[in-house]
Amino acid sequence: MSMQEISYWNREIETISSEALRKLQLKRLKETVNTALKTPFYNARLKKAGINSADDIKRLEDIHKIPFTTKDDLRECYPNGLLSVDLNDVVRIHTSSGTTGTPTVIYHTKEDIDNWTELVARCIIATGSGKSDVFQNMMGYGMFTGGLGLHYGAERVGMTVIPIGGGNTVRQIQLMKDFKTTVLHITPSYLLHIHSKLAEGEISVKDLSLKKAYLGAEPYSENTRKKAEELFKIDAYNSYGLSEMNGPGVAFECIHKCGMHVWEDAYILEIIDPKTAEPLSEEKEGEIVFTTLMRKATPLLRYRSRDLAFIYKGGCKCKRTHRRISRITGRTDDMLIINGVNVYPSQIEQVIMRVPEVGTNYQIYLEKEGTLDKLIVKVEIYSKLFTGELKELDALRERIKEQLRASIIINPVVELHEPGSLPVFEGKAKRVVDTRTKL
Amino acid sequence: MAKQLNIFLENKPGRLKAVTELLYQNKINIRALSLQDRQDFGVLKIVVDKPEEAHIALTQKGFACALKDILAILMDDKPGGLHKITSLFVDNKINIQDAYAFVIESKKQAVLCVEVKDPKAIKVIIKKEGYKILEDEQLYEL
Repeated sequence: MSMQEISYWNREIETISSEALRKLQLKRLKETVNTALKTPFYNARLKKAGINSADDIKRLEDIHKIPFTTKDDLRECYPNGLLSVDLNDVVRIHTSSGTTGTPTVIYHTKEDIDNWTELVARCIIATGSGKSDVFQNMMGYGMFTGGLGLHYGAERVGMTVIPIGGGNTVRQIQLMKDFKTTVLHITPSYLLHIHSKLAEGEISVKDLSLKKAYLGAEPYSENTRKKAEELFKIDAYNSYGLSEMNGPGVAFECIHKCGMHVWEDAYILEIIDPKTAEPLSEEKEGEIVFTTLMRKATPLLRYRSRDLAFIYKGGCKCKRTHRRISRITGRTDDMLIINGVNVYPSQIEQVIMRVPEVGTNYQIYLEKEGTLDKLIVKVEIYSKLFTGELKELDALRERIKEQLRASIIINPVVELHEPGSLPVFEGKAKRVVDTRTKL
Repeated sequence: MAKQLNIFLENKPGRLKAVTELLYQNKINIRALSLQDRQDFGVLKIVVDKPEEAHIALTQKGFACALKDILAILMDDKPGGLHKITSLFVDNKINIQDAYAFVIESKKQAVLCVEVKDPKAIKVIIKKEGYKILEDEQLYEL
C-alpha cells in the first residue's frame, strides 16, 4: 500500500496547514453562529449564554462559551425549532425515529447536500477508489442517511453506482459478479454474512472483482476488519458518520488505515469527558462533540454525539492535516446497534406498554445468528386479559411484532412468557441481555 | 354448562408439573386433558371436578388461565359413534374450534368435549337431536 500514489479530491483543503485551518474554522464558526441565531432554539440558548452575534466569538477557543446541544434538544425542537432557512430553500429532510416517539430532523439546502457530497467524494478518493470503480451500495436508502450519502459522493467521483440497498443476498452476489463490482459499502456483519452465503451457492470469491469495502453503521473490532479482508481478499476501510452531522462522510480512513480523518473544515471536533464535560487531550478516550461549520439549514453547535473515541496524535503518512479519530469504542447511552440500525430500549418499551394483553415486565435479548444480530423481545402474558385462546395468542404475537417493526424498523422475534416468569429487578432493571460478542 | 380451564404454559420442563402439583395439593381431580403447542408456549386445556376452585388456585399462583364453556356430549363407544355427531354438526353448519374425547366405559360410552363459538345455542340444537349433554356435576361424577 505504501507504494501507492496518494490522490486527493480537494488537495488544497485536505492538506491545509493547521494555522490556515484554524483561521478557516474561526471564520466559519462565526458564520454558523450567525446562522444559528436565526433559529428559535439557538436564538434563546445563545443569548442566554451571552452570545448575541458572531462578534462575541473572537477566537476559536470562544467555542467553549457555547452550551452543548443534546439529542433531547433536537427532539424538543421537532419539527422546526432548528430550521434556519426558509422552507422553500430546503431540498431534503432526514428524520430519525426518536426514543419517546418524537423524531429528530435535519434539513438540507441544495448547498448543504452539495457540501456533504464533496466530503464523501474526498473519503472515496482517500481510499484510492476512483472513476473506474463499480460501487455497490448495500446500505439502506431512504431516511437512513447511509445509502444516499455515499451514493451522491460516489456519483460525484464518477463511479458506476449500483444502488441496491440492503438485503437480498442472492441478488447482491449475482450483481457483484455480473457487473464486476469493485467497491462495497456495507455493514461488517452483513459482509461476513455474504461470505457464509457464498459457500452455499455456485459463485465464489474468485468469481468476483472486489477490491475494497467501506464498513460502517455498527461498531466492530480490528479483528473483524482483518477477517473480512482475508476472506474476500480486499482492503476494508472504516467509515463514520451520524445523521445529525449529515450522515456518512464525517470521518473516513485513508489508504493507511490508521484512524479516520475528520473533515475539520466542515466540523469542529472536540473530545470531552462524558461525565464532567471537560475537554480531553489527544489519545484520551471520551465523547465526540461536533459543531457543523458549513451547514445552512440546520446548524448544530457543540452537539454531543454520545459516541466514544479518541484522537490520534501526530500526522498521517497521507499528508492530510485533518486529525484522525479511533474507531468508535462505545456509547455513553444505552443505544443498541442491531444489524446497523440504531435502537433504544425505550422504543421497545413504549410499544410493549401500549399492548394491554401483556404485563409491564419485559426483556430484550440480543444474540448472534451466524454473523447477523437477532433481537428477541420477551414479554409476559397479562393474566386478567388472557382469554385462553391459542388463536388470540398468535394474533397478539403478530401484533406486537408488527408494532415493533414499525417503530424500530427491524424484525424482532417475540416470545410470550408466563406471568412472573421473567426476572424482576429491584431498583434499576437490567432489561437488556446482550450475548453478542463483538465481531 | 361444562367448564374447561385453559392455562397458558411456557414450553419448558417442569411447567405441566407445576399445574399438576397445584391441583394435587388442592385435591382436584382431572377428568380430561389436551395440549396445544406453539413450540415456545402452549395452551393446556383441562376438565376437572372443581373448575372454579382450580381457577382460583391457579390464578393465585400467578398462572394466566381462563374458564370456558364447552359442550360435553355423551356418545356411543362404537364404530360410527363420533361420525354421527360430526355429521350432525355439518348438517347444522356448526364449526368445531377444538375437540377431544375420552372413554367412560369401554365399548359403551364416551364423551366428546367440543369448543364452539356459541355453546348455549348449539346445546339446544344438539339436545333436540336426542343427545345427552353433560352438565358440570354430571361430567365430574362419571
